[in-house]
Amino acid sequence: MSATAVAGGITRTIPGGHRKRWTRFILPAYTYLLMLFLVTPILMMMLYGFNDIPGDRQSPRFFGFTLEWYRRLFENTELTAAVRLSVTVAIVAAAIATVLGTLLGLALGRYGFRGRALLSFVIFMAIAVPEIVLGSSLLSMFVQVRVVPLGFVTILLAHIGFDVPFVAVTVRARVAGMDRSLEDAAKDLYATPVVAFYRVTLPIIAPGILAGFLLAFVLSLDDFVITQFVSGQTSTFPLWVYGASRIGIPPSVNVFGTLLFGLGVVLALLGAFSQGRRRAG
Amino acid sequence: MLFFLIPVVLMVYTSLESGGVLTGYRFSWAWGTYASALSGKGVFMVRSLEFALLTALGTIVIAFPAVYWIAFYGGRWKSTLLFMILLPYFVSFMIRTVMWKFILADNGPFLGTLKDAHLLPQQFRVLATPFAVVFGLIYNYLPFAALPLYVALERIDPAMIEAAKDLYADRTRAFLKVVLPLALPGLFAATLLTFVPATGDYVEAEVLGGTGSYMIGNIIQDEFLNRARYPIAAALSIVLMLGMVILTSIYARTLGTEDETLTAGMTA
Repeated sequence: MSATAVAGGITRTIPGGHRKRWTRFILPAYTYLLMLFLVTPILMMMLYGFNDIPGDRQSPRFFGFTLEWYRRLFENTELTAAVRLSVTVAIVAAAIATVLGTLLGLALGRYGFRGRALLSFVIFMAIAVPEIVLGSSLLSMFVQVRVVPLGFVTILLAHIGFDVPFVAVTVRARVAGMDRSLEDAAKDLYATPVVAFYRVTLPIIAPGILAGFLLAFVLSLDDFVITQFVSGQTSTFPLWVYGASRIGIPPSVNVFGTLLFGLGVVLALLGAFSQGRRRAG
Repeated sequence: MLFFLIPVVLMVYTSLESGGVLTGYRFSWAWGTYASALSGKGVFMVRSLEFALLTALGTIVIAFPAVYWIAFYGGRWKSTLLFMILLPYFVSFMIRTVMWKFILADNGPFLGTLKDAHLLPQQFRVLATPFAVVFGLIYNYLPFAALPLYVALERIDPAMIEAAKDLYADRTRAFLKVVLPLALPGLFAATLLTFVPATGDYVEAEVLGGTGSYMIGNIIQDEFLNRARYPIAAALSIVLMLGMVILTSIYARTLGTEDETLTAGMTA
């Protein structure tokens, strides 16, 4: 790695094509190989969703191509219920977290107030601390405050809890990059603060809010650790897959995985599009 | 804010309770729980730190050359190439891990084929080894290293490197003296974002490893969810959290940089 060549222009001055090999062939080849490696389990997931196996547990042998599992997608009622729960929780938690996170992001991005540094630190901690700490502290809370039994409500509350900081950070980034003089202009034109907020501020930070919502949705849909701690007997999609993996997963898991993957990619592209070209990634 | 602080306070409260699963728990400033929770857990703590360190190193070493090339030579395809690296991570983390278990199974599509071709002995296995756990951790945490590294490298002006060349630095020197220092915030963020979550992780150790490669997270999870020994589990969790906070701040002090790339990595 230490021998990697840099900016193209200088290449000429050194004799021999030795330096170009790195940037022309070795590094790109490595990058594409890495991409291929990373995507291997995903390709396997998709491929085995078409596996024409005799039973209903996945097998390493590929028996042939069938669309059977797509046709019988909702046959496994337990799995279907788990997927439905995952999607419901993800949508509701992301929506609520977006409202709370946006307010928090706005507050952090623009107002100086007492405790602001502390608030920033807590948000940072909530994102940076290992998930298991959040999961176990939330479980401690739900066990201490026995208001609701472990299940849908606790899962939802936990998801809102871990989504909020991510939305706040995303919105704050957008608020920080915003031109304040636009709001001043609105006020000069006799807009009330409320009108200025809805007509000027909100449209400007909207892409950040949408990106925050999508991020929260994807995180919720994917979460395993925190959910396992607070779910009680209830299963979300990742929890169900985990349980099934001990005896072998049914091909419908591959199919649901493939469909949710498609959904995730579409949402990500939407999010990237709404964020515009200003921020890479 | 309350979503984080209240649960943590209640976890501390829980950790100081005493009692049994059947008799119920009562608050009693039972600091002794910490001693009994920690005894015999050294193996798991050390293993967690080892695995997490290997994860941080592995993800950085593997991701760096690729994001380096994308950042400096990706041209107008930069975003697309980066997106291609991140693409697999749109599949649920659990499914990715379970798929690796499926692929790497003793007679799975990969090892089974090699064994049938007599390229590997029949008893060769990958699953249920520490290697499988670290492999799974590196795979799952790769984007958390790739993103901050990319953000840091992408900000470097290629003219800086040209300047180094004009001053007769050879390639190795230009890399060590210019690229690496400028990429430092990215390296800093990448280690934190992989090391800290990997330390508390237990899913790869459970799915790909097994009891022989259990990490501290497995113990916490087991105490909380299977044995319902809440005070012990809470105490371990608090020790883990404090350990991470202390390690992180020492690391931040010594390498200290602005956290811009850190947040970039977290939100991306």
